[in-house]
Amino acid sequence: MSSRDLVLGRVRRALSDVQRDDTPYEQAVQRGYLREHGERSVEETVDLLAENLADYRAIVHRCADEELSELLMRLLAERGSQTVLVPPGLPSYWLEAADPTRVQDRGASTAHELDRVDSVITGCAVAVAETGTIVLDGSPDQGRRRITLVPDHHICVVRVPEQVVSSVPQALVRIDPTRPLTWISGPSATSDIELDRVEGVHGPRTLEVVLVRGRAGAEVAP
Amino acid sequence: MSGTFVGMPAFPKAAHDAVHNETLRGNLRHATHTIRAKRATAVAEVSDWAELREAGKQIKDHTLRHLDRYLVQLEESVTAAGGIVHWAADADEANRIVADLVRMTGETEVVKVKSMATQEIGLNEALEAEGIHAYETDLAELIVQLGKDRPSHILVPAIHRNRGEIRDIFRSEMGEWGRPAPEGLTDTPAELAEAARLHLREKFLRAKVGISGANFMVAETGTLVVVESEGNGRMCLTLPETLISVVGIEKIVPTWQDLEVFLQTLPRSSTAERMNPYTSMWTGTTDSETADGPSTFHLVLIDNGRTDTLADQVGRQALRCIRCSACLNVCPVYERAGGHAYGSVYPGPIGAILSPQLRGTASEIDASLPYASSLCGACYDVCPVAIDIPEVLVHLRERVVQGGVVTQGGNKVKLKPAKGHAAERAAMRAASWAFRHPGALRTGQRLASRSRRFHPRTLPGPGKAWSGSRDLPVVPAEPFRDWWQRTNGGKDTGK
Repeated sequence: MSSRDLVLGRVRRALSDVQRDDTPYEQAVQRGYLREHGERSVEETVDLLAENLADYRAIVHRCADEELSELLMRLLAERGSQTVLVPPGLPSYWLEAADPTRVQDRGASTAHELDRVDSVITGCAVAVAETGTIVLDGSPDQGRRRITLVPDHHICVVRVPEQVVSSVPQALVRIDPTRPLTWISGPSATSDIELDRVEGVHGPRTLEVVLVRGRAGAEVAP
Repeated sequence: MSGTFVGMPAFPKAAHDAVHNETLRGNLRHATHTIRAKRATAVAEVSDWAELREAGKQIKDHTLRHLDRYLVQLEESVTAAGGIVHWAADADEANRIVADLVRMTGETEVVKVKSMATQEIGLNEALEAEGIHAYETDLAELIVQLGKDRPSHILVPAIHRNRGEIRDIFRSEMGEWGRPAPEGLTDTPAELAEAARLHLREKFLRAKVGISGANFMVAETGTLVVVESEGNGRMCLTLPETLISVVGIEKIVPTWQDLEVFLQTLPRSSTAERMNPYTSMWTGTTDSETADGPSTFHLVLIDNGRTDTLADQVGRQALRCIRCSACLNVCPVYERAGGHAYGSVYPGPIGAILSPQLRGTASEIDASLPYASSLCGACYDVCPVAIDIPEVLVHLRERVVQGGVVTQGGNKVKLKPAKGHAAERAAMRAASWAFRHPGALRTGQRLASRSRRFHPRTLPGPGKAWSGSRDLPVVPAEPFRDWWQRTNGGKDTGK
């Protein structure tokens, strides 16, 4: 007998006392919990996102779409970045003003090559206000998961209010499960020393989030 | 300190040694009290905690009651997404499968994400025996591995170590394994984290094989979820060419939507955060054109005692556990005895009900675990999937004392009552006889009252150990029933 059949057989025998019921799954679980916590205006939801991001040590900036390239240039300059990783579908005007050398992520790029890049700039799929989370789904403006992992400085641009939801349940509805997903809440951290939180381990130690309002994204790459 | 749990003494002996270690007690008190207060705040932030907890319980119960169906569905979804599913009935088989998979890649080293399942099956040791080096990359696991130590907490395996001890381990051991600790390393947590970053970086960047567990597997989509903080998980899940995930069969949730419950309850229960820094979700492999992450993905589903646990109608609720470790952090026994005393990778209250079910109660340590509790119930209060741990503890005590039919390795066997409980059983039999004979009970009670001056403070003989840590109840001057009769139920106020 294969181990598969062995294990499945054991499961069925273990459940011999259980009445089979054909209640559809949607009715089998009481979901009495809230879809979101508290009532907020769109403005307040964006404010809450900013507040919770900052609470977990992300650096939050806000600007209008026409100020975006200017702001990104300034953030890269302040950081002293010489090179910046660019996902394939990043709107080109975002980096219009920036000086650092653009580095494209190629299939053949090794992790060591990515490790030599100073910064990475991406968009995001959705942001969750209640938890201060940004979700990346590997779309062309976000690139492969490794590019937001190996460099030490990540700037993530969130279009507000369109990309912001209040809660985790609302976020899951917007996300395609089949894509490779990364949920990011602040820079890399650990609680492993005396159960106290310390920022900065293996992921980017600096996470900057730009909440941009206006036209941004109107020019999404094909 | 040896790196294995085999041959552990029973809990009382191990705990007795641990409570005399003042550093250990200090470390644990500090850590558990820190997280306890923070968890309470994080939970209080969501007004619907009770409903989330109830939904989490129901989702897991439903899944367990239809586990065969969801396992088959998961297998189909993962396979359709390009993953390869393997089944392992026990630890040896799982270790063999993983070792073979690694050998097929031609690699002799792997990087590991923290995983309870691989700890449980002793994967690192099994791989080492095959000439494959497994590098732990979670900070706490790294501390345990470098210190040739054993884990003592589900979430923070090195919780028994304070910052000074961690610095010493890094200084003396890192060089053996790779990049040595920086010169002049101090004990500030930020510097220690930086040392770990530098030490592990080279391993991540050259790794070809990653090994992980998973917090959740979604049956309908074939998606696996790993919840973490440091980014070591992301490194292991995305940089290597081959990913092998070893996951217990009970980690399934039926639908994508179900994650909305656990992604709210797990971070708040474990690290007391609204959300942990990083959560990775992947579904099989992506196609080669836009490949993101490993090109080969193996999922090893392990039983290793889970179906035996599932067969127990009271004990099966332990399989709802999402390994948050909130029950450890609130447990007065864990806080004082520490994790090692539990003789298992699953310490604390959940370990006290999980280990004796996964492994059976044949060994001394497993038979003693159901007693490693004061039954105060704090664990049940904080459990995000409402596992009634005290109920299962009492149930398992019953099994140890009385024996009975249990499932082991898929077969029903009849356990004999455990040795060492003869005095308890004799006392219970005597009590049962006395309660059936009111005349004898009355005479006995009067005799006890009148001889109270001569009662010893501790019990003699087999009862000595029991009264070593407890006061014997004082016998009243007059039995209650005599008082009731004499005073007409208290109405005739004399005395």
